[in-house]
Amino acid sequence: MSRLELRTRVPLAIAIIAPIAAVAFTLIACAGLIVWAGAPVGHAYVLLFDGAFGSRFAIAETLTRATPLILTGLAAAVAFRAHFYNIGAEGQLYLGALAAVAVAGGAISLPSALLFPLMIVAGAVAGGLFLLVPALAKTRLGVDEVVTTLLLNFIALLFVSMMLDGPMKDPLSMGWPQSVGIIPELTFGKLIERSRVHSGLIIAIVLAVVLWVVNARTTFGYEMRAVGANARAARFAGVSVNSVMLKTALLSGALAGLAGVGEVAGRAGYLTLDMSPGYGYSGIVIAMLAGLNPLGVVFAAVFVAGIIVGADSMSRAIAVPTYLADVIVAVSLLSMLVATMLARYKVRWS
Amino acid sequence: MTEILDLVISSAFWIAVLRIATPLILGTLGVLLCERAGVLNLGIEGIMVAGAFSGWLAVYHGAGLWTGVLVAACVGGAFGLLHGFLTVVLALSQHVAGLGITLFATSLSYYAYRISFPKVNTPPTVTPFAPMQLLDGVPGIGAVLSAQTPLTLFALIIVPVIGYILYRTPVGLAVRMVGENPAAVEGQGISVTAVRIGAIVAGSALMGVAGAFLTLSAFNAFFFNMVNGRGWICVALVVFASWRPGKALLGAILFAAFDALQLRLQQSSGGVLPYQVYLMIPYVLSILALALVARKAAYPQALMKPYRRGER
Repeated sequence: MSRLELRTRVPLAIAIIAPIAAVAFTLIACAGLIVWAGAPVGHAYVLLFDGAFGSRFAIAETLTRATPLILTGLAAAVAFRAHFYNIGAEGQLYLGALAAVAVAGGAISLPSALLFPLMIVAGAVAGGLFLLVPALAKTRLGVDEVVTTLLLNFIALLFVSMMLDGPMKDPLSMGWPQSVGIIPELTFGKLIERSRVHSGLIIAIVLAVVLWVVNARTTFGYEMRAVGANARAARFAGVSVNSVMLKTALLSGALAGLAGVGEVAGRAGYLTLDMSPGYGYSGIVIAMLAGLNPLGVVFAAVFVAGIIVGADSMSRAIAVPTYLADVIVAVSLLSMLVATMLARYKVRWS
Repeated sequence: MTEILDLVISSAFWIAVLRIATPLILGTLGVLLCERAGVLNLGIEGIMVAGAFSGWLAVYHGAGLWTGVLVAACVGGAFGLLHGFLTVVLALSQHVAGLGITLFATSLSYYAYRISFPKVNTPPTVTPFAPMQLLDGVPGIGAVLSAQTPLTLFALIIVPVIGYILYRTPVGLAVRMVGENPAAVEGQGISVTAVRIGAIVAGSALMGVAGAFLTLSAFNAFFFNMVNGRGWICVALVVFASWRPGKALLGAILFAAFDALQLRLQQSSGGVLPYQVYLMIPYVLSILALALVARKAAYPQALMKPYRRGER
């Protein structure tokens, strides 16, 4: 039998080797899947890397993908740090996008200098309020937030589908469930010429830095960490656990809502039901890969975006299904969990 | 109102209810076994996908239907073993490990599907389980049971079996104990790790069978997104059922009844409300059910608490 012993401190070498070992393990394990598809492993990985980072276009695509992922990653990191398991970022993202379209779709006539901030705030508020429902159910009624946030994803998508079939449908969309477009003056500016990278990336990175400061240097950040580490002890120390929980939920939902705003106002220009290929769920993986550190989230999001964009490009060149990206992301999550655990503990076999 | 009453006493309605309830019964029992042993298993959504796919693939390649079910159970059990290794042996966060299993099992199934059928647009089909014609000719309950397939009967039989094992056998006592007071079990010389992993593997095997019901009984092919949140609903149903097999059966049937009712209303009152409103009902109901029982929910005392020998 084995038992785990907590290390008093993790040696630097182990802290560095652990994530590298996890990624290496992931690539080796997934090589088996590439062999199964009948493709040469080395060539496939080279194509994947080239597709993600190998050219100006590839890097631009990866950064475009990383933008919503940074925000959903932050949404998960903030919430998980306080042990509030928000698994509903997908739904919050869609509601944020819906609110942005409602404000900036041409229905309200105000100067764009006023509408632009209103659009961003509306998206954040929509996401935050949508997460407030399960958060209140948790603090008031003791309902576990994991299942409620998961189920609310389905409700949010059905609601968006209803809106796209009804009041917010684009009359010129030839029957496709597609929203009216964001009016051109309100779309995000391009960061790189002839690419899809938009200023949402700057917003996401700035927010990551701000959250890192909040987390490390402010009372609220300390309270969130205290509630996550030991809610009972935090309560005895005079922290209002419920109020911290609700604030955390508002913040987390708002971040996911902003991811939706960026997708409609920065990338797509209008809302469809297939806008997000699971950015909300990937956000959880990213937060875990980053060890819940807001700055780490930026790098983890670029890594995951690179895998997704690279696998897409690879599967166009050789016959390996794009779902390889999802497998790599899932396996890297599991192996990173194991690696960090093994780094923190010594396994003693007896 | 009389319309609804007529509907509820018709055998066609109850035939639909039992069919909708079957994967929920199996999945809920699976979650129940894991949670009774103290481990949350959010891998269920992905394990159901993997069970649905692997069972169907086996039958597509010429295996018998029951062999397909067995394959699905083994695949489910294998993912359960992984979940057990991560959460019991390594004591990782049960939330995150479970979600990781769901992502892993789902993406692996989709990848394998695309490898097996690279250029297929309409999913290939198999011949699914046929209705049993059990008690054919008996009015009422006979008509309802006759239209069911063997997996539904299996789900109905497994409920008392699991109830018996949990409450009347030493194995069941050990499973309940590791979910309540693992240190006491260790004191009896029983390995907490072994009991917990055993319960997770058995529970995950049931989740795999729940998935296989979808491809081998309810439908005859594998689609993307076919599990569609059923796994999460099972996690909610277990809380609603206060971790008791009998109540889990009742909860699943009650839930399925509302779902069947919603489907009929959608057909009969077409156009009054957008169809999405009806589709939301099952998810809203699950949340309401959770809110209703949350205050008095008697969670297994050691749920989500990893056990390390010699530590308090």
